[in-house]
This record gives sequence, structure tokens and C-alpha cells, in this order.
Amino acid sequence: MKRETDLHRAKGLGSAKKGVGHWIAQRVTAVALIPLGIWFVGAFLLLIFAPFDQARLWLSSIWVVTATILFVVALFYHGCLGMQMIWEDYIPHEGTRWGVVLATKFLGICLSLLSIISILKVYLSA
Amino acid sequence: MVQLRLPPKSRIQKGNTYSSSSQGPEMKLFHVYRYDPESEDNPRLDTYEINLKECGPMVLDALIKIKNEVDTTLTFRRSCREGICGSCAMNIDGTNTLACIKPIDDCKGDIKVTPLPHLYVVKDLVADLSFAYAQYASVKPWLQADSSPAPDKERLQSPEERKKIDGLWECILCFCCTTSCPSYWWSGDKYLGPATLLQSYRWIADSRDDATGERLDDLEDPFKLYRCHTIMNCTNTCPKNLNPAKAIGEIKKKMVERID
Repeated sequence: MKRETDLHRAKGLGSAKKGVGHWIAQRVTAVALIPLGIWFVGAFLLLIFAPFDQARLWLSSIWVVTATILFVVALFYHGCLGMQMIWEDYIPHEGTRWGVVLATKFLGICLSLLSIISILKVYLSA
Repeated sequence: MVQLRLPPKSRIQKGNTYSSSSQGPEMKLFHVYRYDPESEDNPRLDTYEINLKECGPMVLDALIKIKNEVDTTLTFRRSCREGICGSCAMNIDGTNTLACIKPIDDCKGDIKVTPLPHLYVVKDLVADLSFAYAQYASVKPWLQADSSPAPDKERLQSPEERKKIDGLWECILCFCCTTSCPSYWWSGDKYLGPATLLQSYRWIADSRDDATGERLDDLEDPFKLYRCHTIMNCTNTCPKNLNPAKAIGEIKKKMVERID
């Protein structure tokens, strides 16, 4: 049985002194994804039925590779931040929430690395 | 905490119907949430038929009429009857508002009256706001000043400085906004909610207060502040037409301002 006061519960463990970095990163990546996303989706649609050699030719430019990697990093970073928000909103159990957030970050890093390595592989083979 | 359905003992049953002896074109049905903590019964929606010709213009007038003339056991809070005390905050016709300033004519069809959402119910339309009040107390909603004013003067503020707390000081702490916020429904144990955050910003924006940094320190938390996703329910529902979402946005801007 708990006899703690409401004020004790409201104050809890105090402030975590973080959150602003997450908030800024979410907005910066969102803004970055507007031009990068439009550019990437446009290029993707143009190349979707093209032969592989044409895609390889497209990825042979250092500028295109850099922009593609930036897009992938911004996409997965933004996705992870958003998913973390959703888990924090909807998973009440602290241990489960902590585990799911960690798994999401791990998955985000793995998918980013996989994408970057794939892009570089095509670029270097060109 | 997310719950897709109410717990079995909280599910609302059909209640009693109280027809009016008078008849006429101005009859209106009020479906009112009833819950008695001393009984084992689930909450129910009782229906009261009211002749609007014999009733004042506001929803609170109808509730008072029901209590005086139909069912004296109906329980609700009220005091000032002019939208300044915040006591009669409840959900009317699907929106949190103050019963005393909500005209019956604004509601089309039958009127459903329930307590403020997602709080424990003490009885009928009285919700338990103890924890929300404690959260409010936790932000130290009073002037914290290290500097002393001259002994023969008040703490002075320029008209421009005073203007910055307009739209904030008018909050009457009815908690209509806080209890309309889904983030507060799911994470109300940690998230402070729009009313408390607006009140906190009222002191952050006050030029006479010397504890701005400490106040921001105390708010910088993924749950206390950043559960706000700018859904804007708070601003839409505020019966005083204030803008808690903007106040929360201003706090977030201050958080960014102090980063190098």
C-alpha cells in the first residue's frame, strides 16, 4: 500500500534535463527531408524501370552519392526519433518501453549502415 | 496509460428517465452521467426532460433545476456561475467547458453531460483533480525573486513587460485543457499537461521573476514537457479562449534559446 502524497508523486525523480536535443533533431531532420525526399523520390521514379547500369551511372557522381547518404541518414534518424515518441506515448511499462526504444535505435542504425554500404558498393563498382 | 476500453466497472449503463410533467415545443433531454461510489453499480446515464421555458439559459441552470426539482442526489461543483472560478468544468456535448457559460442553445439535439475525461470520478460530475493540483504546485506557481524591491515601491514592470503575461494570467485552472489532451490521458502521471505548463510559462514570462533558468531546468524533460505534440485540443477547448498550446511552444522556444 502506498501512502505517498500527490505532490511527492508529481515531483517524482525530478527533471531528466534532456529532451530539447531530441526536439531540435526531429525538426531539423524533418526540414532536411523535404528537399532530400522530393529529390530522391523523383530520381527513384525516373530510375525505377531503368536498367541497373543506368542507376549505376546515376550513382557514379560524388554529389549524388553524398545526397543519397544524407537522405538515408536523415530518414532513419527522423524515423527513429518519431518511433521513440510513439513508444514513449503508448507503452506504459518502463522496462518494455526502454527495451523497445533501444531495439528501434539498433534497427535504425543497422538499416542506415546497410543502406550506406549498399550505396557505396554501387558507387565504388561504377 | 493507454486503454482501448474502459475497465468493466467503469462502463456506462443505461440509466433512469425522468419525464417532465409540463409539455411544449421547448423540451430538451439532458443525459447526465451518474456514479455513486457507495454503490456497487456501474456508472449510468440518467435522462432528464427539461422545459427550457422554465429554465435559465446555461447548462448549469439546467443542472441546478434538475438538482432542485427532480433529483436532489445529483452531484456537481459550482460556485461563481460566471466563468471565473472554474468549478463547474465538465464535458458537455463532447467538449470540455464550463457549464455556467455554456448556452443550452449552442447544443443541437439532446445534451450529454459527463465529468472531465480520464480522471477518477468522486461522484456524478465531480472528477478528482487532486493530482493535477499537485502537478500545478510542483512548478512553484508563485513569484520567486532574489532581488528586493525598494521599500517604498512595488516591483515595477513596464507596460511592454506586463503585456507579455496577457493571455496567461487569465487562466482559472479549470483543467478543461489538461483533461482534453490525449497525451495527458496516456501519460498524465508524468506529463504536466497544458494548464500547468501555461501557468509555469506565466512565471517564466514575468519580468519580475528571477527563477527563469530554474523553472526551465525543472521542465526540461521528455515527459514533463515534451509529451506535448501540438494536438491543439487544449486551445480548442479552453472556455476562456486562451492558447495553452502557444504557451507550451514558447517554453520550447526558450529551451532552444538557451542552447549555444
